Amino acid sequence: MTDGKTVNVLVVGIGGQGIILLSDILAEAAFESGHDVKKSEIHGLSQRGGSVISHVRWGTKVHSPVIMDGQADFILALEEIEALRNAHVAKPGGMILVNDFRSLPASVVSGAAKCPENIESRLAEYASVEKVPATSIARELGNIRTSNIVLLGALSRHLEIADAFWQAAVKKHVPKKYADLNLKAFARGRAAEQHPSCTVMI
Amino acid sequence: MAERQLMMGNEAVARGAWEAGVKVSTSYPGTPATEITEYMSAYPEVNVEWSVNEKVALEVAIGSAFAGARTIASMKQVGVNVAADPLFSLVYSGINAGLVIITADEPGLHSSQNEQDNRYYAKFAQVPMLEPSDAQEALDMVREAFEISEGYDTPVFVRMTTRVCHTACVVEVGERAETPRRPYRKNSDKYTMVPSHAYTRHFEVEKRQTRLEALSNTSELNRIEMRSLEYGVITSGLSYQNVREALPEFSVLKIGLTYPVPRQIIRNFASQVRYLYVVEENRPFLEDEILALGIPVECKELLLRFGELPAEALRRRILHVKSPQKGPADDVPKRPPQFCPGCGHRGIFHLLAKHKLIVNGDIGCYGLAALPPYNAMDTLICMGASIGMDHGFRKVIQPPEKSVAVIGDSTFFHSGMTNLANLVCNGGNSTVIILDNRITAMTGHQPSPATGKDAGGTNAPRLDIAQVARALGVSRVFEIDGYDLDALEKCLREEVDRPEPSVLVVKERCVMVDKTRRGVPLAVGKKCKSCRACLKLGCPALTVEGDRIMILEYLCDGCGICAKVCPIGAIRPGGAEND
Ligand SMILES: Cc1ncc(C[n+]2csc(CCOP(=O)(O)OP(=O)(O)O)c2C)c(N)n1
Repeated sequence: MTDGKTVNVLVVGIGGQGIILLSDILAEAAFESGHDVKKSEIHGLSQRGGSVISHVRWGTKVHSPVIMDGQADFILALEEIEALRNAHVAKPGGMILVNDFRSLPASVVSGAAKCPENIESRLAEYASVEKVPATSIARELGNIRTSNIVLLGALSRHLEIADAFWQAAVKKHVPKKYADLNLKAFARGRAAEQHPSCTVMI
Repeated sequence: MAERQLMMGNEAVARGAWEAGVKVSTSYPGTPATEITEYMSAYPEVNVEWSVNEKVALEVAIGSAFAGARTIASMKQVGVNVAADPLFSLVYSGINAGLVIITADEPGLHSSQNEQDNRYYAKFAQVPMLEPSDAQEALDMVREAFEISEGYDTPVFVRMTTRVCHTACVVEVGERAETPRRPYRKNSDKYTMVPSHAYTRHFEVEKRQTRLEALSNTSELNRIEMRSLEYGVITSGLSYQNVREALPEFSVLKIGLTYPVPRQIIRNFASQVRYLYVVEENRPFLEDEILALGIPVECKELLLRFGELPAEALRRRILHVKSPQKGPADDVPKRPPQFCPGCGHRGIFHLLAKHKLIVNGDIGCYGLAALPPYNAMDTLICMGASIGMDHGFRKVIQPPEKSVAVIGDSTFFHSGMTNLANLVCNGGNSTVIILDNRITAMTGHQPSPATGKDAGGTNAPRLDIAQVARALGVSRVFEIDGYDLDALEKCLREEVDRPEPSVLVVKERCVMVDKTRRGVPLAVGKKCKSCRACLKLGCPALTVEGDRIMILEYLCDGCGICAKVCPIGAIRPGGAEND
């Protein structure tokens, strides 16, 4: 709000999906391309399969670590229900990139609660929606744990951050032996538009 | 040019301490403070330890500071309660080499049992307190805190909050300034707080207080940023960043040295603006101080006294500006954390729920048992309390009521041991279940005394819980595999009714530490009648599609608890063709 040029990305999903790694890489790439950056998340119990949210913001000068409601340029959702939970943070005219993956919360599994329906069309009430088959692509690559990096690759198409910074940031944050796999995952996400199976499996 | 890095607040605290020449670092894990000490252990110049609890951590820190080495002790907000006893008398002694205490508070209690505001400890114990608003300030203020500590012969608090701890910012780092050891000279007037010495030292505390008040009123840590002459905000810590975000036109008095409160600067600032707001999370600490000066503040009832106070709330409550977006969907079921697939805690809590025991619980990953679908914990107050609470329950309850205490290994060593001694010597008869996964899991896998590793990961002596229990006078001590439901159930049945204390050590593993699967993934066969007994185990690998129950192979650990719980044996290894 203080700075019109601040870019706000909210990353959401569930514990174990690599949200913190994704945001680390995103924040690093933004930092290396010369911005002031803030990245905020909640550690602790969130690892154990609960909802996880990370805020990444960059611009000339960033103050608050947390994005205000209605101000996220992008929401990166590694899971569909989490996308809906956080859709109100998207700014009108913003974009929600949503992975083709759904995991039912325990209360739905146990029958105590119902899973919301028509998630996709409801997301579209908040912002434009881009479906990214990140988990399908990651599965093709032989490791569904790279879904996060595929989704990041898809986001990168919308950002003015040079490819070299992305490559360097991925290499810096993933273990050496997985660097190639993750760079491949990133490239697949970046090219996802051309991917034929570009549908969400809901 | 100085080096700039992206750095989380907790890493910046560690870096600041290292740059300040710290030689000793102590802590007991606790969100959101934990990473400070993890980062400290990467610096070879620093002797780092995970102490068994915060009181011990502070006492070790007092020793090394008295002996002449700059020292940092870090803990979460409730940790200061545990360390409060040494703290209050340490203030009388003062220090020798600098001693900085990090208190990491949690507005919004993302991972805590309360939302206490530790600024009141600063006032209560008369300890100066600094409050950084981001990682850069955290680094700078930790360095500054050591200067104040030695300049005023006092411990110094640096108060972090979750969003400062866990937000990464661009930070300019510096070099380490080696500080020579300050010689230790025997001085029992200063270091032994017997009443006569403490009486004279109290004079010193009051003299120091006057000097610290003068410091606060001249320190650059307390700074006025004039913008509007109409609207001004007094704020500190993270709230400063949120004020700048949501109220960019407002003038600000940013308080960095929160205690003692800079009264003159506050008066000066208040006289320059027409409407004065105070923005702070949790309790009205600054507001009360300001009101006591006779300075009126605006619409204090607008700000909540619980939870976080993000920019969003300031925009709405002070500017009356709403989000341009429609509101959140209100039908999205919550997704609380669960026991991991294969978690060793799952089996025992299944049995405790099955037998409808009153479960006096404790704090750790197993605290999740208090939530659905487990619903297997009755009480949870603070670390170590389970055993004492159970002892109390058993003074009162009558058959058919039956109770047990449940506590983790790290928590047992933190403050369960004294409770067990109390139980035995007061003739108690509790059944104490100790969940021994040999790690402090909840806070991210720091070693516990049952691990056999030190903070740097080097092998260290390992304490054996069964031996400790026997040494404390418990004669009925059992060690049982946490996946062996039959053996656990048999032991539980026998011990709960016995008129003497018993300790059941449940041998577990933490699946986040030992990632090898326990068995081959299981599958639900065709004879499943969807009775949903397995779903009460709250295993993320178990899910439903319509009425059908399924196991997500990629999540299944093969631990077999669900197979044991299934009344008709429908869950078995090896794909869907297991019928
Ligand atoms: C006084 C205090 N210090 C620290 C904490 C943070 N904390 C909560 S539980 C816990 C220990 C958990 O370890 P353990 O008892 O071994 O159980 P596990 O998580 O491994 O199941 C810690 C350090 C706290 N809640 N209170």
